[in-house]
Amino acid sequence: MVNGLNLLFQFLDSFAFIVLAAAGLAIIFGIMGVINLAHGEFIMLGAYATTLANIQYGLPLPAAMAAGVVVTALFGLVVERVIISGWLPNAISQFALGRDIIEPLYDRLADSMVATWGLSLVMVQGVRILYGNSLDQIGTPLGNIAYSGFSYSTYRVSLAGVAVAVLFVTFLVFRYTEYGMRARATIQDEDTARAMGVDTERTYVTTFAIGSGLAGLTGALYAPTITMVPGLGSSFLVEAFVAVVVGGPSVVLGTTLAGGLLGSINAVFSNIYGTFFGRIALLVTAIVMIRFLPEGITGFVERVRKRRQEGA
Amino acid sequence: MTERLTSRRRFAASTAALAGTALAGCLGGSASGGNSIKLGVLEDRSGTFALNGDPKHKASLLAIEEINNDGGIDGQQIEVFDPDPQSDNARYQDLTRRAIKQERVDALWAGYSSATREAIRPIIDREDQLYFYTTQYEGGVCDHNVFAVGPTARQQLGSVLPYLVEEYGTDIYTIAADYNFGQLSADWVKVLANENGANVIGEEFIPLSNSQFGSTINRIQEADPDFVMSMLVGANHTSFYEQKASAGLEVPIGTSTAMAQGYEHVRLDPPAMANIYAGVNYMEEIPTKRNTEEGGFVDRYYEKFPDAPYINEEAQTNYFSIYMYKQAVEQAGTTDQEEVKAALESGITYEAPEAPEGESIKLDGATHHVDHHMWVMRADEEHNIEAVEDRVIPETFLSETVGCDLTQEDEETQYTPQDFYEEAG
Repeated sequence: MVNGLNLLFQFLDSFAFIVLAAAGLAIIFGIMGVINLAHGEFIMLGAYATTLANIQYGLPLPAAMAAGVVVTALFGLVVERVIISGWLPNAISQFALGRDIIEPLYDRLADSMVATWGLSLVMVQGVRILYGNSLDQIGTPLGNIAYSGFSYSTYRVSLAGVAVAVLFVTFLVFRYTEYGMRARATIQDEDTARAMGVDTERTYVTTFAIGSGLAGLTGALYAPTITMVPGLGSSFLVEAFVAVVVGGPSVVLGTTLAGGLLGSINAVFSNIYGTFFGRIALLVTAIVMIRFLPEGITGFVERVRKRRQEGA
Repeated sequence: MTERLTSRRRFAASTAALAGTALAGCLGGSASGGNSIKLGVLEDRSGTFALNGDPKHKASLLAIEEINNDGGIDGQQIEVFDPDPQSDNARYQDLTRRAIKQERVDALWAGYSSATREAIRPIIDREDQLYFYTTQYEGGVCDHNVFAVGPTARQQLGSVLPYLVEEYGTDIYTIAADYNFGQLSADWVKVLANENGANVIGEEFIPLSNSQFGSTINRIQEADPDFVMSMLVGANHTSFYEQKASAGLEVPIGTSTAMAQGYEHVRLDPPAMANIYAGVNYMEEIPTKRNTEEGGFVDRYYEKFPDAPYINEEAQTNYFSIYMYKQAVEQAGTTDQEEVKAALESGITYEAPEAPEGESIKLDGATHHVDHHMWVMRADEEHNIEAVEDRVIPETFLSETVGCDLTQEDEETQYTPQDFYEEAG
């Protein structure tokens, strides 16, 4: 009844979508304690920048995608300085009033959600005012894989490879670079890290820019496959949040495990029972996970490990 | 001190003047038979439905400008009340109340989605407001105050489905948006399949928020139908067409929702829309003289709005319904809403852009729906649009099946295909 290759391709497709949608969100949440509700709009920005670079400025697709990533990362940098840390408004108010007017949003979950949600509204409407209600869309490259009456888009399946590469590179960055070390120190204990000479401010800026860049990459990669309208970011948000909830605090491992688990659940249910049940299954999984593993898969693993250490 | 006094006096004087103007405005507005007619046009220029609502708004302004330049309705100029409802149903309800009670509009055009129409219909019925609903929709509204002048599912699907059965075969796979409109449209596909000797071999309803169609495409390939009927809705669902093209799914697709409303054949890179057949009353490309000849509807629209992306199906409906309203007012000799409704029920006809030379479309007084000239439009590999069939299709569900006759009896009901089955036994 259900074709094995179908399931495999569907799994790769879902895995890529979940991992790419979640990566930027997970990094910013994991390191800064900021929930970026404008994450979907950052993805939209990456998709728009890519499409405009390709169609209006005639860049070849890979170069246009790179432009999409750079534009979104720079935008993230500005957002961090202006809204998340309040550095720019504070510098101005220090000059004018002699005091700060904004307290940074680090580790203030609810406040960061409200602020970034407002940002998302401004971004959607801003893009609508600048570029209208839609953009012409780039076609999906690479053709399709055909097999016994079925076929699947080559491009979409190969995105799974990109997703794995993104996870691997993120792992390398956090494990082996100086920035990674500082970032891990900042997560573990911000005050001590600062006392040891880590410039946590700079870590936060860099983290937000990297997270934004990853959102931009997701937008760039999916630009040829989804409809280019200002509201496109919202279709990524559910998967991204469910993945972060299921994955837990550890960015790379959590996202990988969540992508694997949710990708297979989605593939099986949507292939057998249809798209609707695929989505229901995702949400049910999230509910079950929150009930039984409130800290996600990696939070659970961490707890077990700690208990073992204490026992030994 | 004196300075403050004068300024206070000046303030008092200007307030009085302001109050005077406001009062005069009120008096002018409420006296029907004054020298202007006020039309309410609530169409989405932002939010979810902006893509579809913006052309409706533009076409309404075009019709109003043309009528005003031509001397107005019976010598009265048309004023317009047109705030942006932002695709928000709560805002629609507020603005509808304001349009009726404060602006005292003589007729109201409002809303893209069926959900919006149902959100404001109780307000409209309470106030007995003359209301035009211009979107293509699932059909079935039999309401004394509502003129649902867009084509219905029975007209749209009823033009494209029989054509596809004849061309490609009898096995149909339905994909539809998972809400009121999609569910009812899918029921209509079953009814029409039955009438045309075809069968629905598979059916899938897709949540509006979904934009990933890999498994849907696989399921269609597994069922291997002769053609697909697609009633997908909104920007997320549009991704289906790009994704099915890149996956190499080549089965023909019939639709009542794609191309004519969101102009996907213009926005998407070919060949995403290849071999897609839309059953519509209007697309910018329909080959009638009134539409495409020099100085025709398309020319006039782009002359007024040079940067507009496309004239969609609903835009034409807004356009011709304002002209139908003009005829009715001139026939009734007043803007009194009950008398205008009676005039509209007398069987107004109009030479709309959708009708070929020598033909016109007719407003059916009994059902408040239009006997549309329907077209089957096909997109090829390069997204060129060609008309493959056209004919007049009356709205038979209301008139024949459920027997809606608003000239005899005032109703405020929406009938569904369920009533069709019950009627058929």
